[in-house]
Amino acid sequence: MSETPLLKLSGLEQVFDTRKGPVAAVGGVDLEIKAGKVLCLVGESGCGKTTTARAAAGITRPTSGAVEFRGKPLTAMNAAERTEYRRSVQYIHQDPYAALNPTRTVYSTLTAGLKRHGLVKGRTEARAKAAELLRLVDLTPPESYLDSYPHQLSGGQRQRVNVARSLAMDPKLLICDESTSMLDVSIRVSLLNTLGRLRDELDVGFLFITHDLAVAKYFAWDGEIAVMYLGKVVEHGPTPEVIGNPQHPYTKALIGAVCEPDPDLAKANRSAEQLRSAEIPSLHDLPAGCAFHPRCPAFEPGVCDGERPLLQLASRRNVACHVVARDRAPAAADDRTLTFDAVPGLRRPEPESAI
Amino acid sequence: MTDPILSVRDLSIAYRTGRKESVTAVSGIDLDLYEGQSLALVGESGCGKTTLGLGLLRLLPGLGEITSGSLTYRLKDGSTADLLKMKPEQLRRFRWAEAAMVFQGAMNAFNPVIKIIDHFADTLRDHSDGKKQWTKAAVEARAGELLETVRLDPDRVLQSYPHELSGGMKQRALIALAIALDPQVLVLDEPTTALDLLTQRSIVQQLHELRKKFGFTMVFITHDLGLAAELADRVATMYAGRIIETGSARDIFYEPKHPYTAGLINAVMPVKGERPQLESIPGYPPSLKAMPSGCAFHPRCAFATDACKRERIDLDLLTERPLGMSHTAACLHHDQVRFQRKGTGTSTERPASIVESETADV
Repeated sequence: MSETPLLKLSGLEQVFDTRKGPVAAVGGVDLEIKAGKVLCLVGESGCGKTTTARAAAGITRPTSGAVEFRGKPLTAMNAAERTEYRRSVQYIHQDPYAALNPTRTVYSTLTAGLKRHGLVKGRTEARAKAAELLRLVDLTPPESYLDSYPHQLSGGQRQRVNVARSLAMDPKLLICDESTSMLDVSIRVSLLNTLGRLRDELDVGFLFITHDLAVAKYFAWDGEIAVMYLGKVVEHGPTPEVIGNPQHPYTKALIGAVCEPDPDLAKANRSAEQLRSAEIPSLHDLPAGCAFHPRCPAFEPGVCDGERPLLQLASRRNVACHVVARDRAPAAADDRTLTFDAVPGLRRPEPESAI
Repeated sequence: MTDPILSVRDLSIAYRTGRKESVTAVSGIDLDLYEGQSLALVGESGCGKTTLGLGLLRLLPGLGEITSGSLTYRLKDGSTADLLKMKPEQLRRFRWAEAAMVFQGAMNAFNPVIKIIDHFADTLRDHSDGKKQWTKAAVEARAGELLETVRLDPDRVLQSYPHELSGGMKQRALIALAIALDPQVLVLDEPTTALDLLTQRSIVQQLHELRKKFGFTMVFITHDLGLAAELADRVATMYAGRIIETGSARDIFYEPKHPYTAGLINAVMPVKGERPQLESIPGYPPSLKAMPSGCAFHPRCAFATDACKRERIDLDLLTERPLGMSHTAACLHHDQVRFQRKGTGTSTERPASIVESETADV
């Protein structure tokens, strides 16, 4: 498609200066989000998902790389364009308990932004608009919520108020940072269903951050998933491809780690191969080569610990893995195989990708 | 051994909310736990699962009170003791040596200003039977041994403060601390919440190994049904302070007979197979102050009839089995509940193929 993406991140880097020296929390990320589409960022804590999202929302200024909104870089925007961008991109935080001001009623929270941007005139209009927003997120009847304080609401209801607040500005892009991870399972499904409806009806694009691949699969089935590891995207492609036929060993590990509500399946899973280490390396001291190699079950010395793998096209998605890249280039693989069989037990046959 | 290790009868717990007011958080719990079993208490937040877990060790906060019922443990020496009649000193010896708890939130369960080794020292000195002198060297040896069983490096961990450890390491250390005095019963409150997926997986593996090695009885509290399927032999679903369905893990996950349990399972998002259209349970859990009459679930239930609103529904025996593995459900319409895991087709034929490809790939 030639249409300009809603939001485009190119070569995004974010380096934090700490006492122990500079830390590259995000080390070169390229992503695009189109209107009405979902992009899911998946990864463990500390992999740079939130930092990426904050840069995308214009909350922090990236150290290098560009954030473009409708083809226009943030840094080149004038005041009016920036206001427009601020209004169009809204952020939903993780913790519904901390994200609402406890001294404001729901009505006051919902209309603060509207008043700030001069979108409503007078109290009656503001109240009507707030009620409409609550209806949009299935908090009905709105009258019973408008004058409540956050402490009178449950976690699920609070998170809905958060969503309603972000919708007040009529946004084009919602950035959800683990917005469902603190909710109970049944509440989570209903909130995701509400968000899905908003995506379809209002044509809102989503940058959806989660550590749970099951949530990513459910919400971003028609969209894309980008798996991040230590500040880099390691696999990026359409959701059904990434979930159904993962290529990167890290993605495979993440999918294997999901607990399914099925005792027989769980028992069978127990024998599954484990990672070589459960601990995530420190960003201060990144491993050489592929950052995942100290934990990777497919690790091959000499291949993985030399250079950083680049994102390359592999069965309809991009993967950054030396082993996958090598196995996809049969001509090159032939002469290398000899070398690696010399180290017994370390070479694992990599199954041919199903597609 | 046919005697249960823990036997709970008609347990009710209330919280004081005012001078003469209180709300009942947990009521009418009957439970028998046998040696070596692993029981999952599942339910949404606010259903009373943590309260019940704390109650099992009489660890309720100041405002909580056990209002009725009995809690009988079979001790290590074979005698039985009623926990509710124990004096403070007895209770202190009982906790940790007979039954221990792993608290919710590994991040905050340690005292941030003392080192890990001192946590071990405090525990061992305070809760052991007093026969052994816990010298510094003895503590160090025991703590090192425990940390090694959970695959932590004692040299690195013992002299650290809690903030120097990652979440997964803290959780492991916490589990090691809980089993320091070889308890028979271990209560784990949300053991993997707030941990990353891969860390969660490694903790689950760890718990399997520890159970195999030490053979303790486990009660764990979780809202994650996936985790329950992973770790439990038995499952009890709680709703509004009551147990509404109990059974073996297979009963609960393949043939749930209470509409609430079925709803909970259907709300879990599968990562394998097709993407199903999931439905949530409508509405929100009731407030403890305004409990609906009759079956507390009726306002959210698709099967509810007038009979459900009239009186409380007791657990109905569906399949009888020994050792507390019977399948029971508190629902008048349990025969109408037909459960099918959505999207994945029949849950028996699909896994085989998936698992095969998985073990080969990962």
